[in-house]
Amino acid sequence: MTRRETAHPRTVADLDSGQLPMVRAEKVRKHFGPLEVLKGVDLEVERGEVVCLIGPSGSGKSTFLRCINHLETVDGGRIWVDGQVVGYQRRGRKLLELGDREICRQRTEIGMVFQHFNLFPHMTVLQNLIEAPLRALREPRDEATARALALLEQVGLADKAGAYPRHLSGGQQQRVAIARALCMRPKLMLFDEPTSALDPELVGDVLTVMRELAESGMTMIVVTHEMGFAREVADRVVFFDAGQAVEVGPAQQVITDPRHARTKAFLAAVR
Amino acid sequence: MTGSTTRPEGRPAHDAGPSGPRREAGPAGEREHTDGMAADDLTVVSKRHPGRWVTAIALLLVAAATLRSVFTNPRFGWDVVNTYLRDVSIGRGLLVTLELTAICMAIGIILGVVLAVMRLSANPVVRSAAFLYVSFFRGTPVLVQLLFWYNLAALYPQLTFGIPGVSLDANQLITPILAALLGLGLNEAAYMSEIVRAGIQSVDHGQGEAAGALGLTKMQTMRRVILPQAMRVIIPPTGNETIGMLKTTALVSVLAVPDLLYSAQILYARNFQTIPLLIVASIWYLAVTTVLTIGQFYVERRFSRGNRTLPPTPVQQFRQLLRTHTPMATGRSTP
Repeated sequence: MTRRETAHPRTVADLDSGQLPMVRAEKVRKHFGPLEVLKGVDLEVERGEVVCLIGPSGSGKSTFLRCINHLETVDGGRIWVDGQVVGYQRRGRKLLELGDREICRQRTEIGMVFQHFNLFPHMTVLQNLIEAPLRALREPRDEATARALALLEQVGLADKAGAYPRHLSGGQQQRVAIARALCMRPKLMLFDEPTSALDPELVGDVLTVMRELAESGMTMIVVTHEMGFAREVADRVVFFDAGQAVEVGPAQQVITDPRHARTKAFLAAVR
Repeated sequence: MTGSTTRPEGRPAHDAGPSGPRREAGPAGEREHTDGMAADDLTVVSKRHPGRWVTAIALLLVAAATLRSVFTNPRFGWDVVNTYLRDVSIGRGLLVTLELTAICMAIGIILGVVLAVMRLSANPVVRSAAFLYVSFFRGTPVLVQLLFWYNLAALYPQLTFGIPGVSLDANQLITPILAALLGLGLNEAAYMSEIVRAGIQSVDHGQGEAAGALGLTKMQTMRRVILPQAMRVIIPPTGNETIGMLKTTALVSVLAVPDLLYSAQILYARNFQTIPLLIVASIWYLAVTTVLTIGQFYVERRFSRGNRTLPPTPVQQFRQLLRTHTPMATGRSTP
């Protein structure tokens, strides 16, 4: 847990200039059949930074997020996480896709939270949390269990360790999913519309957990429609439209005073 | 049945006689409000189902007639049945049947999982191989397959398996039992692979993604996340397959494998008590399928862990039946 203890700088200016960005995406392209979903996206996310990806559905923001942990393969460009190219290794002028084992090792360092939680329904909450630490990190069971219980405490669900996911509300399930991702002690957390499938009154609990996580210095990339959350918690906001990062800037500025016409139109429509 | 109905006294006036102008005046609901009865004075009477009594009595009569015939017709030979029910050779035959069922299902399940994973492979050659296997074994009668394996020596007198120095006499190697195991097991694998494939495909796509995002390998994801959830879909038809397999093993009597049916046949070939011995075999088949059905229920219950509702056990079902006061008069009530 050394990472947690180091105080992370919250703004880009505070960063040690010698440090690599946590995520660097360069001209990322992706198409599904004839449909071009990503048309060359560039983005850098600094350590400890919280970046929200906003934009209309189908604009490619979720696909971009899924490329960062190689759930989607890219058709062009490169993504680095902590200085390592995700999913590929370079041989001369070629990028060769890595083997299953190597990709899995990279993914253990990147936590992901899904819109539909995707908890394992046949396992209890505690089993959900310790499954990957036991199997992928080969940790001793008592170590993983201790950390899992601490994380459940942190997300306010200490009493649900023995419950099955289906007996929990959507908000509780999503908090378990966040704890499950954190149990791997990731360097980076990806959130794919974490509150979109929740009843309105359950959104708050999940956002609170995410806010606390951001304050603890975790690097986070969040695809969201929660403009309030983006404005308050994010350091920067990226507006996606038609497969491109159209506008990137400080959260407050992009949301309250967008420069680009498409951003203005989108924000006017969602407000 | 209407005798038990207690009618409230003092029926509303407009119900007893024609009241033309009022009936046209407003909708039916409004008239109800004006009948002057307080809700507390009315008794609720469920709809009656006289048809249920008629069919129930008719079926009970048929059952009684059948039972009477079964016990009065001396040709059933119940005393002979009683003697042979615990006969040693019948018992040995039953053991052979149980062994065949267990081993063939084991072959079927293991090979079926492999074939199902092959069917879902990204490699088109692997996919086609599994597809061809399934179409061949599902497309030919299992009796024909059994005879094929039994007569393998006619096709390949010497089995070398392509390994230098290995040459086995097919006639000696393929015993009736081995032919039965190969025929039934390989055939079962084709059916099991379809069941397993349906189970794997029933698991939400997000489950595999979540496991992958956590850093579990494809093998770990399949073993720890996908297959346990697929079990809910795989277990019920597998139970049916096992029960079906128990009965299908009777086919091996054509290969002179001394299973339950063939043991009975050997006995009645000597003493001509055909019907009683077939009844003996049937009783044992029925007994084992009953045990398997009960086992299937509890296995299914175990694999639906994490579900909001578990299916009730027979004891729970019985209690529930007692709680519904008149099963013949009302519909199924939920606790």
